[in-house]
Amino acid sequence: MILAGAFFYLFAGLAVAAAFMVITARNPVHAVLFLILAFFNAAGLFVLMGAEFLAMILVIVYVGAVAVLFLFVVMMLDIDFVELKQGFLQYLPFGALVGAILLIELILVLGSWVISPDIAQHAGAPLAADGVTNTQALGQILYTKYVYFFEAAGMILLVAMIGAIVLTLHHKPAAKRQNIAAQVGRDPKTAIEIRHVEPGQGI
Amino acid sequence: MPSMALPNLAPAIPEIILAVGAMAMLMLGVFRSGRVSDMINAQAVVVLVLAAAAVILVPGKLLLTFDGVFILDDFARFMKVLTIIGSLVAVVMSIGYFKAEKAMRFEFPILIVLATLGMMMMISANGLIALYMGLELQSLALYVVAAIQRDSARATEAGLKYFVLGALASGMLLYGASLIYGFSGTTEFAGIAAVIAGGGMSLGLIFGIVFLLAGLAFKVSAVPFHMWTPDVYEGAPTPVTAFFAAAPKIAAMAIFVRTMVTAFPAATPEWQQIVVFISIASMALGAFAAIGQTNIKRLMAYSSIGHMGFALVGLASGSLAGVKGVIIYLSIYLAMTAGTFACILAMRRREGAVEEIDELAGLAKRSPMFAFLLAMLMFSLAGIPPLAGFFAKFYVFLAAIEAQLYGLAVLGVLSSVVGAFYYLRIIKIMYFDEPAEAFEPMPGVLRTVLGLSSIVVILFFLIPGPLVAAADFAARSLF
Repeated sequence: MILAGAFFYLFAGLAVAAAFMVITARNPVHAVLFLILAFFNAAGLFVLMGAEFLAMILVIVYVGAVAVLFLFVVMMLDIDFVELKQGFLQYLPFGALVGAILLIELILVLGSWVISPDIAQHAGAPLAADGVTNTQALGQILYTKYVYFFEAAGMILLVAMIGAIVLTLHHKPAAKRQNIAAQVGRDPKTAIEIRHVEPGQGI
Repeated sequence: MPSMALPNLAPAIPEIILAVGAMAMLMLGVFRSGRVSDMINAQAVVVLVLAAAAVILVPGKLLLTFDGVFILDDFARFMKVLTIIGSLVAVVMSIGYFKAEKAMRFEFPILIVLATLGMMMMISANGLIALYMGLELQSLALYVVAAIQRDSARATEAGLKYFVLGALASGMLLYGASLIYGFSGTTEFAGIAAVIAGGGMSLGLIFGIVFLLAGLAFKVSAVPFHMWTPDVYEGAPTPVTAFFAAAPKIAAMAIFVRTMVTAFPAATPEWQQIVVFISIASMALGAFAAIGQTNIKRLMAYSSIGHMGFALVGLASGSLAGVKGVIIYLSIYLAMTAGTFACILAMRRREGAVEEIDELAGLAKRSPMFAFLLAMLMFSLAGIPPLAGFFAKFYVFLAAIEAQLYGLAVLGVLSSVVGAFYYLRIIKIMYFDEPAEAFEPMPGVLRTVLGLSSIVVILFFLIPGPLVAAADFAARSLF
């Protein structure tokens, strides 16, 4: 129990620190990297709660896809972040107001646990008695009861992909593409031509 | 622990055929170099025909699968066959058009097949999640198809408009669905009906129904959610417009009927007044707004808004006769629309396709047969006996009168009279105006579509029995 507590404070502290660095870092690339650190620590917190599926999803989706996308955007777009940050103090009162409201809401939620402790028991979903992990439990229901919706969602994503390609992909005739078979199949007979050039004359 | 057995896939065989077929076509299109469009068009036709055959041939009266969220009953079968016919006609008619415009893309038939898959899933939906999944699949494919001529500013604009408004409508539908789920505790239609029958309507459920109806009304383009229709119909390539006017409307109307009749039978008074309102508003707007149109695709957009209003008259009555009326109306509407769009696609000169109504001037002197069939279709759309369009209106109004919705029936007939004006104006232009320059000869495919639809429209009154009996059979499976 002590070990779990220690890990909780490690992950929680690092997550808060990383989140703080995200908004204060001067270099946007550093900010995105701190965001990734925050995601990893949040995933660690999920593991501590026994929600290993959510933890993996967080790492795969947020770190693997979303954060990398952010990184691409930050690196590809030429945004002057110094200029963006100039009005920072101006927005501070408004930001503080939003933060205060959030804080009050969090206190209310936590307060309700203090007032009636039995609610806290509902907060964590109980694991199945026969040792089924939540990944397995999700899989069992997703691929049996909801298999129709799962497949339908797959078809919708396929249409979305076709649509994106149909509406945006332009074939440029001048573009040089790789043709591995043709490239590997070249031999000296077809690829090189040897000519004897007389001194003092061009070809 | 849920059972590990495979669900019963038999009821979903048509959908599986379409899904696997679409993916196979996609692979072929991507990996076969060179011109594959012809082959993929042919495959799309084969896949659609196979799916239609499977819809008819899967044995069983009422099949439920995937934990009851997928239903295949007679109503679903009938509507699916109609939808597939609509898609087939669109694919077949598109080939010539895209060749002439030099805008052939092998993705077009694939997207049509995927849209059809979405429509069939929607028709078979027996719960709110399944409804939404099918709706999104078809809508997403339709947004892309609307903008498939991406070099044309009009088509792109149409696609973007359709996408933004459609996404908004989907959001409303989803919000309504979440309210219904929240206040009834289930997403399945039968469960919702049981909750309402047991505990009555709550305010939250009424809000849910209103939002759900708003989303569905958008998909059938009923007033006041019709604004996208004229712009999208005018901007999209003509075969796409022909597709939009038929198959998606039929599928959306089918799920509209199924939702109202199977999930909210105990709340009929509540949704009836909404349906009566949108029905009257659609009929009136369809009749009045079409009068000033000069573009024939725009005119057909308003015409389709009006026709959806007429079909909703049947649903408004909420009875077996009403649903039967809706089914007959949609069948005849499909035939009329297919024929009319075959004519519109045939409006082509050497320099390209034309869309103005005035281009039809004096058509009777240039090509009398074309003009005669188009005139018959226009008379039928106006609802003049003994053509099929009259019987379509007859059955829905009969149901409305049986349900004592006299005001609705009277207003419907009156707007039908107003609507007749602009259909007759087209006939007047064709027969009495000075001839304009001749069109290119009509391609064989369009001739076939026009011929078949004319046969249905003109000769329906001789043998109405089979369609009426089939519609009756299909409607009974909902009650």
